[in-house]
Amino acid sequence: MSAAPDHTPTMAARGLGERLAPWLPVLLVPALCLAGWLAIPSGSSWLTLTVSGLAMGMMIFIMASGLTLIFGLMDVINFGHGAFVSVGAFCGISVLLALGGWAGAPSLMLNLLAVLLAVCAAMLATGLMGWVFERVIVRPVYGAHLKQILVTMGGLIITEQLILAIWGPDAIFFSRPETLKGAITFAGAALEKYRLLAVAFGLILFLAMRGVLRTTRIGLIVRAGVENGEMVEALGYRLRRVFIGVFVAGSALAGLGGVMWGLYQEVITAHMGGETLVLVFIVVIIGGLGSVEGCFIGALMVGLMQNYVAFLEPKLALVSNIALMVAVLMWRPQGMVPVVKAK
Amino acid sequence: MADPILRLSGVSTDIAQYHILHGLDLEVPEGGVTMLLGRNGVGKTTTLRTVMGLWRARAGTITFEGRDITALPTPDIARAGIAYVPEDMGIFTDLTVEENMTLAAVSGPVDPDRLDWIFATFPPLRTFWRSAAGNLSGGQKQMLAIARAMAEERRLYLIDEPTKGLAPAIIATMAAALRALKAQGASILLVEQNFAVASMLGDSAAVMDDGRVVWAGAMAELAADSALQERLMGLSVERA
Repeated sequence: MSAAPDHTPTMAARGLGERLAPWLPVLLVPALCLAGWLAIPSGSSWLTLTVSGLAMGMMIFIMASGLTLIFGLMDVINFGHGAFVSVGAFCGISVLLALGGWAGAPSLMLNLLAVLLAVCAAMLATGLMGWVFERVIVRPVYGAHLKQILVTMGGLIITEQLILAIWGPDAIFFSRPETLKGAITFAGAALEKYRLLAVAFGLILFLAMRGVLRTTRIGLIVRAGVENGEMVEALGYRLRRVFIGVFVAGSALAGLGGVMWGLYQEVITAHMGGETLVLVFIVVIIGGLGSVEGCFIGALMVGLMQNYVAFLEPKLALVSNIALMVAVLMWRPQGMVPVVKAK
Repeated sequence: MADPILRLSGVSTDIAQYHILHGLDLEVPEGGVTMLLGRNGVGKTTTLRTVMGLWRARAGTITFEGRDITALPTPDIARAGIAYVPEDMGIFTDLTVEENMTLAAVSGPVDPDRLDWIFATFPPLRTFWRSAAGNLSGGQKQMLAIARAMAEERRLYLIDEPTKGLAPAIIATMAAALRALKAQGASILLVEQNFAVASMLGDSAAVMDDGRVVWAGAMAELAADSALQERLMGLSVERA
């Protein structure tokens, strides 16, 4: 046999279409904004709805990001994810109401401190709950999708009943902290301060999450684990421990999303997690199971679509996101940013 | 005779309702290339996966450097010093070549000297260092799979059909890489269907049939005996 040849491979120049292909899902967000701008007669209304849609999208992304990674890493379908949203909202808002003096003061610093403490309480509670949930409910049903659906759905129902037992059956209405109320006017459009804050916070969180996934070793393990967990273990990494960490972090993020959603709606109910779960699953599916980037794009599209359609044709608002999911899956059956899974 | 680096004694493995390995006995000597040969479906891949703990042995024991690893979790088996290159290469296609290599170096960054050696062995990996591994050709992916196993020094390499579907020039590159590993004192258990490659690289061989080792000995002895090859593996037609 001859000696090893000297390889001098070269890179072929890619065409414009080929270079644009990975960015197509990203371009869908501005395309949807443009479609909304063409369809909505008033520019100021369009701007208000766009900010509102983006804010809603960011909150759904925060709730959904953990779920997509949980599925991607261990093939776990967690219908109990909505429980973390509800528990996070109730714990966080309870803290906020207990800090009524700070939340009601006309001081941005005190208001943000109150929100920060509420968020910390919610994330701590749901992170801990996620750890217990994984050990008690999810771990016995690894690899059995039907059992996962049944048992995690049961977990959601039990959690909702516990919330009703602890906080009572009535919805809790409340006001946002003083400086987060109201709106600013920009280009003739009224833009709610809280929505702008939600957009900024969601964007920062997405970039931070992306940074962790792209630049750290743990991020590398998670990304590789989503694609081929077996090989990650064969390299010497204890993927089960990573998964527990992701499950806890995902649960805490859902709790954070619950607080933000509660502040957005200014009302919380025991069933709010279950209700948002539909949107969360739509986002995870159209984004591509296991893809954080896809989840982010999907969440923005769902938020925008919901707001535009609710303005243009309120009766169609409920079905608009289902239609969006059908359209995306017809275009890309694996979701917008599909994650290649090893067989 | 020195103790083998890996010993499987009476190992039986089931996959779902199928019994694949039936009391397999196999010894891999230290510091050489042991070829695991046999027809398709006799349990070669299952043997490697059972050693790695990816499929669990129902019966029998597996010892590595004298330590019982039968019930260890896969990550612990890998950290004990065993590298595994699966038949499907196990490349992370969404990650770049660099990220694949970074991940393979479990204990920290890849040693620069070792990386230079890997680049010298597989030059395309330097060229496509920052490219997504999914964009590599089949041969380049196989190079990356082997390179990943080489990223850190391991005591034993389990490699499953590294030349499958590759052009002769790439096969030569693979053979050179495996020889380089062997020269460093590593032990290699290699599943290979290409008998010419097996003859060239192997020091010893074990031939499997129906989930058992039916013959074990020196590779040179097997390579020199056509009748034995035909009896064990039905190679007469393939070599015609």
